[in-house]
Amino acid sequence: MALDSKVPEGPIKDKWTNYKDKINLVNPANKRLIDVIIVGTGLAGGSAAATLAELGYNVKAFCFQDSPRRAHSIAAQGGINAAKNYQGDGDSTYRLFYDTVKGGDYRSREANVYRLAEVSTSIIDQCVAQGVPFARDYGGLLDNRSFGGVLVSRTFYAKGQTGQQLLLGAYSAMNRQIGRGKIKMYNRHEMLDVVIVDGKARGIIARNLVTGEIERHSAHAVVLGTGGYGNAFYLSTYAMGSNVTAAWKAHKRGAFFANPCFTQIHPTCIPVSGDHQSKLTLMSESLRNDGRIWVPKHMEDVLAIREGKLKPTEIPEENRDYYLERRYPAFGNLVPRDVASRAAKERCDAGYGVNKTGEAVYLDFATAIERYGKEQAYVKGLDENDKALIKKLGKDIIKAKYGNLFQMYEKIVDQNPYETPMMIYPAAHYTMGGIWVDYNLMTTVPGLYAIGEANFSDHGANRLGASALMQGLADGYFVLPYTIGDYLSHDIRTGPIPTNSKEFDDAENQVKSNLDKLINNNGTHSVDYFHKKLGKIMWNKCGMARNAKELKEAISEIAELRAEFWKDVKVPGIANEYNEELAKAGRVADFLELGELFAKDALQREESAGGHFRDEYQTPEGEAMRRKEFQYVSAWEYKGEPKDAVLHKEALVYENIEVKERSYK
Amino acid sequence: MSGFFKSSIGRKVSMALSAFFLMFFLIIHLAVNITSIFSEAVFNEMSHFMGTNPLVQFALQPVLIFGVVFHFVMGFVLEIRNKKAQGIAYAKNNGAANSTWMSRNMIYSGLVILAFIGLHFIDFWFPEINYKYIAGNPEEPTRYFHELQEKFVPIWRVAAYVLSFILLGLHLAHGFTSAFQSMGITAGRKKTLKTIGIAYSIIIPLGFIIVALFHHLNHH
Amino acid sequence: MKLTLKIWRQKSANDKGNLVDYKVNDVSPDMSFLEMLDVLNQDLIDKNEEPIAFDHDCREGICGMCSMYINGRAHGPDRSITVCQLHMRSFKDGDTIYIEPWRAKAFPVIKDLIVDRSAFDRIQQAGGFISVNTSGNTQDANATLISKYAADTAMDAATCIGCGACVATCKNSSAMLFVGAKVSQYALLPQGQIEAAERVRNMVAQMDLEGFGNCTNTGACEVECPKGISLENIARMNRELMKANIN
Repeated sequence: MALDSKVPEGPIKDKWTNYKDKINLVNPANKRLIDVIIVGTGLAGGSAAATLAELGYNVKAFCFQDSPRRAHSIAAQGGINAAKNYQGDGDSTYRLFYDTVKGGDYRSREANVYRLAEVSTSIIDQCVAQGVPFARDYGGLLDNRSFGGVLVSRTFYAKGQTGQQLLLGAYSAMNRQIGRGKIKMYNRHEMLDVVIVDGKARGIIARNLVTGEIERHSAHAVVLGTGGYGNAFYLSTYAMGSNVTAAWKAHKRGAFFANPCFTQIHPTCIPVSGDHQSKLTLMSESLRNDGRIWVPKHMEDVLAIREGKLKPTEIPEENRDYYLERRYPAFGNLVPRDVASRAAKERCDAGYGVNKTGEAVYLDFATAIERYGKEQAYVKGLDENDKALIKKLGKDIIKAKYGNLFQMYEKIVDQNPYETPMMIYPAAHYTMGGIWVDYNLMTTVPGLYAIGEANFSDHGANRLGASALMQGLADGYFVLPYTIGDYLSHDIRTGPIPTNSKEFDDAENQVKSNLDKLINNNGTHSVDYFHKKLGKIMWNKCGMARNAKELKEAISEIAELRAEFWKDVKVPGIANEYNEELAKAGRVADFLELGELFAKDALQREESAGGHFRDEYQTPEGEAMRRKEFQYVSAWEYKGEPKDAVLHKEALVYENIEVKERSYK
Repeated sequence: MSGFFKSSIGRKVSMALSAFFLMFFLIIHLAVNITSIFSEAVFNEMSHFMGTNPLVQFALQPVLIFGVVFHFVMGFVLEIRNKKAQGIAYAKNNGAANSTWMSRNMIYSGLVILAFIGLHFIDFWFPEINYKYIAGNPEEPTRYFHELQEKFVPIWRVAAYVLSFILLGLHLAHGFTSAFQSMGITAGRKKTLKTIGIAYSIIIPLGFIIVALFHHLNHH
Repeated sequence: MKLTLKIWRQKSANDKGNLVDYKVNDVSPDMSFLEMLDVLNQDLIDKNEEPIAFDHDCREGICGMCSMYINGRAHGPDRSITVCQLHMRSFKDGDTIYIEPWRAKAFPVIKDLIVDRSAFDRIQQAGGFISVNTSGNTQDANATLISKYAADTAMDAATCIGCGACVATCKNSSAMLFVGAKVSQYALLPQGQIEAAERVRNMVAQMDLEGFGNCTNTGACEVECPKGISLENIARMNRELMKANIN
């Protein structure tokens, strides 16, 4: 099967406009006859559900949490990009497009990214109209900040809780439609399969997580907005419930899975404190503007620190290794996320990690405190040699800039980062890969769509800061409502989809037998035991730096672990009740399959690009080496076991942007 | 508008409105009582005015009684409804960690005040009504001061007064600011209101207590 | 550390439920409270007992899912945090800790420590929105100026995570801080003022219908709110409702 991206003809600037002018529309009376299922209620799913319901479709929305408002989009801190050029600093649709493609290391589809940049401005208008309280300046205009090393200020924000405010905006739009009866909301429901009838996605099988009941839901189209699969690493900045199950079931029913190995490892997270750790907390990237990253130069200092005999503040300047400044003098501590993460791993692998697990580096604000303190003393005409005064003045500035982050750090680690350097370590944070979709956001299964982080389309091999929120809302508010209409225009005479067909019977039976197997397995190890093991393999062998040998090991180890899981997993309780262990077991079973495909994908991609770094493909200076022959999307077709998955390639063509090397020296 | 007073917020507002009226009445009442410390004549004159002025007797007095009855009936209604909203009680609940004793026990301080009002009616109001309207005795403009003095002779009554007014103080310590909050008047003026509230809840009960103690100690 | 836990166990909504004692050993002060429960649950699974069901998801204090009444306080002894941000260093070796679900008629228990907070969703559905469709041609975001004060105050109200601690801690099980926050967010913004009267009437009516109690201004909700939502939002809601009924 050849992949057809269905990108419209014409110059890139006009593609989306021309496309919208020519698609089929569904008249309002007919929309009432059409049902759409949306799984996931984050930024993408929530905005899509609200918009489709406003248009008149009958929407059924599903989330596994107790309310749509709890989707993990809520945790995004920094902001949302839009090419508004309110600051008059030269921003434009093209520049946002350019930055996104370049930031993605030239592994994303041009036309999709251009459309994303094009609709980005409408997102801000829409959110303001909904009552999202974006930050404003004293003149009453919207404020912007700069983010992630781009040259313009295009990031809109609401304190450090932009994701929360945008999600609550989408949630409020959903609520309006739920109140009108246009959305039927299914909370605490988990999709366990997609039902294909005559080659088209026509419904899902879902489990009511409270009663354990297996339900059939039919529709004329199914949309997945189910997020990323970073929890394959066990420890990540994802929510505990974030999972790949919906996407994976879709994959098993024929949707190709694209670029699974493209994963973002965020450099500034709070390190693991022990085996009990369940989750990692992100500290905003903005901290690297003022913090200097280092580890001790000498091993004896490292050991003394681990034993608690030495404090980091007692190590003199000359015995510290500011390794980012050493390796990347031009960008220093502000290198992109993937580079910073790998450099931290390199030091810790060499044995210089500074906490008891050996997986942490320092992020030190002492220099910044002193610099700001001196500046303030000068401005205020105070004594620049009074050390205590300088420190106090400097701390005040740092507090004003990062106060909430410092407070969060202190709550978790119980150390005062104003007095002693923070400890940080990289953690899995976002997955650029996902279900393959064409320009219409439709998967390789007709009538099955994937939006937001669940699809692969816009970020290539690496995502820029403040772009995830933009993509989620662009897909849900402004892209899908058009593209899905074109498809549904052929369904106006179909009538309701019956759920008593053989296809629904089969899917339900499969789901039930799967659950029965899990609950009756009576093994010896809990679900978390396997999940942690998978996480270790993923982190050690498919993490920040990969090589053929370890990837091959990972493939066989994951396959073995999967076999062991099915033989030995222990799930307490029964299926017909609230049973979190059972829900977790199903999710981990899918991670155990995805993990293997992930490694397989990383193995075939014999180049380094963005978040994917292969030890074998680096420049003499240790930088990522992209290779022209891998300028494609790897889309995997399911054929039984992950090892049998078949690779399809979608060639990436860059007509509007010159493909260049990235250098941060 | 009738729907408004049936809503939870409407009930709060009606509690606050009746509270405002009662708090205003307390100021008037104390002002009259205080004069008894300084001048028998002034006290008698003012009491005579209050006791015989038709506007006070036939307009304000019924409003006052309505205010009192409404405030405590609504207080009970709300208490019962709130208890119902609660469901199962916590096995361990540390209310002191987040709120004052006064705010959590308005119903109890209120009940004590209600019992005091009962006593007050038996002591003053019923005899007064009997004297004027049932027995139909002629008005004696100088009788009030002596009646007052006599009441404060027994120590038990003075003790009951003092206790009741301490609880009134506690009731007011929360009630004063609470009434403003219910009316939505706190926004931006929280601190000032709190200070005034504390002053009010100390001064008013203290005034009544001083009057009682003064007459108990100065009875000849 | 070693701890004794008294945890509410309840099989289902219709079960009576009771407190059950558990012992946990080897608790590290660096653990979060939920990780301590994870350890207990692993233990229970190993012993073929049913693990304790509790709501949790983001584990970074923003989703609002976690909800436990710990030693008599919503989200435990520390201020301005959710249970997932509470760490075991806030407790001492040998402590006995009570862990109960949110208690309110409007939040029925689903299982163990999990309660049904869908009443909050229904209140939002009654009016917690601005009626604007997604068209792609809404007026420019900067066309209406909004003062920094209004935007910041609206943001402060909007930080509510809908966890329900306000209801749980209120002796009257009142939801007014939650509803007041949403009413305030929109009332402060010009976009929200157009349907302000209808919104506050509908949301308050739904709140009453759900069986939440009346606010008696104890202020406990403000103290226990993990996001520090101010009582002034309740005052503002009261004003908004009066205004809506006078006009």
